[in-house]
This record gives sequence, C-alpha cells and structure tokens, in this order.
Amino acid sequence: MTRWAMVADLRRCVGCQTCTASCKQANATPPGVQWRRVLDMEVGEYPAVKRVFVPVGCMHCEDPPCMHVCPSTATKKRPDGIVTIDYDLCIGCSYCAVACPYQARYKTDRASFAYGKATPAEEQGYDPKRLAVATKCTFCVDRIDAGLAKGLKPGVDPEATPACVNACITQTLSFGDVEDPHSNVSQLLAENQTFRMHEELGTGPGFYYVWDKKEADA
Amino acid sequence: MNDHFGPKPWHQTNWDFRAAFNFIFGGAGAGLLVAAAISGGAGTALRVEILLGLALIGAGLVSVWFEIGRPLRAMNVGFNPFTSWMTRESFAAGLVFVLGLAAAWFDSQPLALAAALGALVFAYCQGRILQAAKGIPAWRVPALIWLIFTTALAEGAGIFVALALLLDTPARGVLAYFSLALIARALAWSIYRGGAAKGTVRAALTVLDRAGKVLVQFGTIAPLVLLLVAWFVPEAARIAALLAGLAALATGWQFKFALITRAAYNQGFALPHLPVRGTR
Repeated sequence: MTRWAMVADLRRCVGCQTCTASCKQANATPPGVQWRRVLDMEVGEYPAVKRVFVPVGCMHCEDPPCMHVCPSTATKKRPDGIVTIDYDLCIGCSYCAVACPYQARYKTDRASFAYGKATPAEEQGYDPKRLAVATKCTFCVDRIDAGLAKGLKPGVDPEATPACVNACITQTLSFGDVEDPHSNVSQLLAENQTFRMHEELGTGPGFYYVWDKKEADA
Repeated sequence: MNDHFGPKPWHQTNWDFRAAFNFIFGGAGAGLLVAAAISGGAGTALRVEILLGLALIGAGLVSVWFEIGRPLRAMNVGFNPFTSWMTRESFAAGLVFVLGLAAAWFDSQPLALAAALGALVFAYCQGRILQAAKGIPAWRVPALIWLIFTTALAEGAGIFVALALLLDTPARGVLAYFSLALIARALAWSIYRGGAAKGTVRAALTVLDRAGKVLVQFGTIAPLVLLLVAWFVPEAARIAALLAGLAALATGWQFKFALITRAAYNQGFALPHLPVRGTR
C-alpha cells in the first residue's frame, strides 16, 4: 500500500521561501494564503542565537481531525494518505480549520489578487470554486495522479512531484512513499532522527522533520 | 534538548461571535426546553416556554448560517453523521423542532418530554463539537463537554425561573433543579479548569479564569443566595428568582462568548529538537 509523505531536512533549509513561491505559482493561491509556508524562528539569546526554518502546511495526517469533524464529507482521505477537499461539497463552516492543529487551512471569502487586478497568470489559475470554502495543500495531487498515469514515480520524476519539492534549492524537501522501504523518504527516515509536529495529538502526520543523524552514525 | 521551540500560539480567526451565538442561544434554548418539560407545566406557559426555547435554538442556527462561506449549501451539513458532531447537532436540532412544535401544538407533556430528550442530545452535541476541535487546546479538554452541557441546563433553568415572573410561580421542584444545575455547572467548570491547565497557553487561561470567576461568583453563588432568599422570604420570591435566573443566564453566555472568541488560541508550532548543523 502506498502512503505518500514528505520529509523536511531542517539541517538543510535556508529559509529562501522558494517552496512557498513555487506553491503559490503552481496552485494560484491568493494573497495571504500559503499552502506551503516556512516558519522563520529565532531560538536562544545573543550571542548564542540559532535561526531555524521550518516548512509547514497540511500534514496529510493518518487520522485527520479535519476529516472527522467535516459535516459535509468534503474532506476525505485517499487510500494513499492524501487528504483532499471537495470544493463542491464544502459549506465553508471552517470547522476543519479549528480542528486542524497545524493551521493548514484557509478560507477566502472574496477574490483577491496581488496587485488588485488579476495578472494573466492569476487569471489563468483563478478558480471560483475555491471561494468561501476551505482550502489547503493537496501535495499537488493532480501532478501525482497525472504522473502515475504516465508511469512516472512521484518524488523521483519532477513531473509527478509536488511543486514545492521540485523548487527546493537545498533539497530540504523530499517526497515519496514511506511504505516502500527503498524510496527516498524511507531512506531518509532510516538514516536520520526525525520527529513529527505535535505527535502527542495522535494525528499521525505524513510530514517528517529530520533534525540529526541516527545516534550510531552521529 | 528537552524544551520545545516554536512560534507562539495565536488566536484563531475562523470562528467569531456568529459561531459563539450558536452555542450561546442554542444551549440556552435547549436548557429551557428541558426545564419546561420537567416542570410538568401545561397550557400557555408550556407553549411559551417551548416556543421560546425553539426560537433560541433557531437564532443560534441562523447566526452560524451567516458565518458559513456557502450558505446555500447549508443542507450539506447533514452528510456526515458517522463522525461529525456538527452533523449530529443538526439532526438533533431537527428532531427538537419537530417534537417541540408538536408538543406546543397539541399541548402535550409526553411530546414535551421527548423534545427535552432531543434538547439534551443537542446540548451534548454542542459540547462535543468544541471538544473535537483539536486545533484549540482550550476546547479539546474532555471536561468541556460537560461544562457546555451543564451550562446549557443552568441557562435554560435560569430563563425558565425568570419567566415565572411573567407566567407563573415556579414550583419548588424546579427551583431545586435550577440549584442542582448551577452546582453541576460550577463543578464542571472546576474540573474543566483543571484539565485546561495542561497545554493551554497563559493568555487563554487568563481569559478563562476571568470568565470562570464571573461564572462562579455571579453565576453560581449569587443565584444560590437569591434562591435561598426566594425560599425563605416569599414576598421577595419573584424578584429574587428573576435575578437568579438572569444571573445564571448572563454568566453562562459571557463564559461561552469568552471561550469561543477570546480563549481560542491555537497550539502554534513546537519543535522537540533543533536541527544539528555542521560538525560536532
């Protein structure tokens, strides 16, 4: 069984926000909506200050609270682990948004564009179905499905891989099937120490953070 | 490193006063239906109480209808009874309306009791709705279910007792029920506050403590004292009952308003480990 997941190697991220820009371009999200964003954290006190960049977004949870609370069944989880929203069913109640522990969901009530009037690119990506309903990262599910249909391998072939992963300049982000022991993400998880955000909540996020090598290798 | 690192929590912006009104009016309306049914009343008094209860529940639902992004798809709310407490709440509301209207139309005690059972389910669903919101630490505390449930009972009983000024003098049994509801609410608050201490941010706890203080002092102690006055001083019974009822109602409403619009901080983000860069 396939379980798509993303791995972010926090040791590599430089906070360039290219993933954010690439997601916005690929998914035509309006201003203020960042399905993939990067937290810029400062930890410690001068002179022992560290800066940490943390990509966040929908974690495509194993047990997604957003799906359980959704009264309209708009939010669903596919067998491959990707959590989706049916924009035609969603009533925009935002219950999923308060149920999500990762602040991954957005609702935009009216169309808005970066410079007031829509640019040609924004016009091309504009989807009125997304107004007044919940939206979030889809793991670029359309690219994955189209790629699989062509026999491509998500996480390996760029055409079948989420836009943020393709755009990442430091290879912080990796995407693949965690159920496949030979996949890139499985290798990363096997070789490194990782955590998942708010793991204590039992949501089983499909987004892993690498923070160090395994003890034996360290 | 054992400390968690991450951006501080911030207040959710998805649910505002319109969502809060659903819990405020809906809970009070459900509680009023329960109080009306167990009071054993009949005739005009029962009708007025049932219709007011239904009107309150309806006002709450209309309020939340104004908040949803796609109001014309509101019927889709009923698509997920398997896991969504919001769907279940909508079903319970439908049942309460059918049974309540029938009870008012036929002036029927059994139907009023059936509507009250539906109202209990409705109030319980409201508690579960908030508790299922895992993104808000102040809401996901399991004890919140019973706080929302008991405050609905206390608010409804408060309205019922206050209405007695206009309709009839409430029976002593109803005053005893009102007292029990007040005590149950105060206990539920105490248990909830203990649970909320874990994981809820200080800003949210400050809001909760302020609202909880009002709930205990003006929503529990003061009404109980007023009920004692009503019990022992018959000539002051009506005004004392009115004030007790209004105090129970107003404090419950202010608590729910604060809970949803002021204390709903998210969890933010937290890293259990910082990335190890370079050589060690």
